[in-house]
Amino acid sequence: MKTKLLTALLLGTSILGTTGMALAEDVTLNIESWRGDDLTIWKDKLIPAFEAKNPGIKVVFAPSAPTEYDAALGAKLAAGSAGDLITCRPFDKSLELFKKGNLADISSLPGMDNFSPVAKAAWQTDDGKSSFCVPMASVIHGFIYNKDAFDKLGLKVPTTNEEFYAVLDKIKADGTYIPMAMGTKDLWEAATMGYQNIGPNYWKGEEGRAALIKGEQKLTDPQWVEPYKELAKWKPYLGDGFEAQTYPDSQNLFTLGRAAIYPAGSWEIGLFNTQAQFKMGAFPPPVQKAGDTCYISDHTDIGMGLNAASKHPEEAKKFLSWVASPDFATIYANALPGFFSLNSTPVKMEDPLAQEFVSWRGKCKSTIRSTYQILSRGTPNLENETWVESANVINGTDTPEAAAKKLQDGLDSWYKPAK
Amino acid sequence: MDTETMAAETRAKRPIRWHVGVFLAPAVLVYTAFMILPLFGTLQLSLFRNIEQSQVFVGLGNFRTLFGDPNWSVNFWNALRNNVWFFIIHMLVQNPIGILLAALLSSPRLRFTAFYRTAIFVPTILSFVIVGFAWKLILSPIWGVAPHLMDFVGLKSFFTPWLGKEQYALTALSLVSVWQFVGIPMMLIYAALLSIPDEVIEAAECDGVTGMAQFWKIKLPLILPSIGIISILTFVGNFNAFDLIYTAQGALAGPNYSTDILGTFLYRAFFGFQLQVGDPNMGAAIATIMFLIILAGVCVYLFLVQTRLRRYQF
Repeated sequence: MKTKLLTALLLGTSILGTTGMALAEDVTLNIESWRGDDLTIWKDKLIPAFEAKNPGIKVVFAPSAPTEYDAALGAKLAAGSAGDLITCRPFDKSLELFKKGNLADISSLPGMDNFSPVAKAAWQTDDGKSSFCVPMASVIHGFIYNKDAFDKLGLKVPTTNEEFYAVLDKIKADGTYIPMAMGTKDLWEAATMGYQNIGPNYWKGEEGRAALIKGEQKLTDPQWVEPYKELAKWKPYLGDGFEAQTYPDSQNLFTLGRAAIYPAGSWEIGLFNTQAQFKMGAFPPPVQKAGDTCYISDHTDIGMGLNAASKHPEEAKKFLSWVASPDFATIYANALPGFFSLNSTPVKMEDPLAQEFVSWRGKCKSTIRSTYQILSRGTPNLENETWVESANVINGTDTPEAAAKKLQDGLDSWYKPAK
Repeated sequence: MDTETMAAETRAKRPIRWHVGVFLAPAVLVYTAFMILPLFGTLQLSLFRNIEQSQVFVGLGNFRTLFGDPNWSVNFWNALRNNVWFFIIHMLVQNPIGILLAALLSSPRLRFTAFYRTAIFVPTILSFVIVGFAWKLILSPIWGVAPHLMDFVGLKSFFTPWLGKEQYALTALSLVSVWQFVGIPMMLIYAALLSIPDEVIEAAECDGVTGMAQFWKIKLPLILPSIGIISILTFVGNFNAFDLIYTAQGALAGPNYSTDILGTFLYRAFFGFQLQVGDPNMGAAIATIMFLIILAGVCVYLFLVQTRLRRYQF
């Protein structure tokens, strides 16, 4: 029995070994990723498209589970067995890899000039001098609404705050629908779909975000407290027992047609398209007064970098340049509606909801989530505290001013902006 | 041959008892490799700090941060307070109910004992993930059965989204945990009650001690050692608890950290969460404090309580 098993094992390894040899003239590149969901898209669409244009290079997409990705990648990099191409988390996690020398500097990679500075910021050193990942996709925040419900109640899409609350009041008065599907149980909904969604209109996107990092603005300034005051006003429009409503609860309430408006991230589009039986539309966060410049959170979420220890850096760079090209962007953005290409060349997308979201880039100014760059490095962690405080504000546990003060005090305790 | 030489001879002849070592070895090796070494590893880790990508010895620096820096200490005391409340609920609810159930089960007039015993014990063997998820659904204000059931009996107005309210969430979760683990004290007490000899009970009956009085005066003193064991098991289990809170409320133990216990606090510090990068050294410091708290509790029990418990030999 044992010998049989052993022969089988030996046989197995010898076969694997020979296939490895058969491909020896071809270079094989491995991609590390946490996006197991995208496996078929890579295998059936992206990789064949690249291989057709680049004979002699084979690409293998080898994802691991999202929760294990960072740990597994770290171990593989340390052991020298990591893939040639590494999917990058935004900001500090990738920056740490770059500082350890695991990611190569690709600032001069052909194709990097296809991206705006905001798009590249997630994978740059703090001084912006070297880039280490090609930006792949971002997610945009806004509100998705039930078009059928709006038509039935004769509602118009709100563009200003005043209109927004008027619409919510009407839905509430009618009583058929829960005005807004959001809960505070999971905390992050309140912060990500609430604070970071409507906030950029108040702190003027990049302007405020940069000023916060430089220390010129404080979270206790009116432009940072104002979004909290708005969040506090949302409370009466949320469903019964929203304090214990989880993120999947909110998604289901909306897709089952029980709620009219859903504060959203564009990543929901794929799921909502398959689950909702009604027509959907989207609108950007309403501005304070008609005619104000609008700002949207267009958050860089995923990128790809080069393993500094790769045995085939030239081929890997070729692949990265392709990832930076409009060709890749078109396939990727259409296969995954809601994950938008960061490429400066506009990408043609089929999905109407995704088109709506991405059209805001033309009329509004883009920014990323205020807490992600640099400010969440210390203890207490600003992003986590923002989750807690955003939920507190909606629950009424903290006033907007108290919440802002707590956040600023926490930040002050470790963050000393360079003067 | 006199007895002395015989004894000497057997002593000389007695072979080295290899089998003792051989039989002990697996347990000792496994326990050392997976419990003792990691424990010392943790203690060691808590004395270092990562500065510029290298581990630097800082003595008790991490503990000074933990207790001295308000960013850590506020969270720590909050977690400890919550943990104590978690323990108090278990002691006040789980163990008395466990004893009550055991007393009912051991009553000879009760039918279907085997069924009740199994039914009450089953939640104990369920995974935390299932328990956390199931109760989240039961208590959900949107899909849950709890609001409907309460509506049936006209108590709808008393329903609130307990898991989302700061003032109720921890108590609600403690009660869920009680529901899950009430089987353990029940089983232990049940076994203790069964081991009381019939003669003692009969003698009590002859003296006219029956019913409730019999339970309070005869049975309870006899099962006190078991209650002591249960208390210490509850203490250790509660101060190591983590899973239920994590599955039901997430690592941030919301709302507003009201369900944060030492386990979840340790988890966030050690492994990090979302954008918070894990700090194994601070995590190890918290783990060390947890270890010391549990050690202190167990010592109090062993040296102060257990030595004073009277044992009856039958």
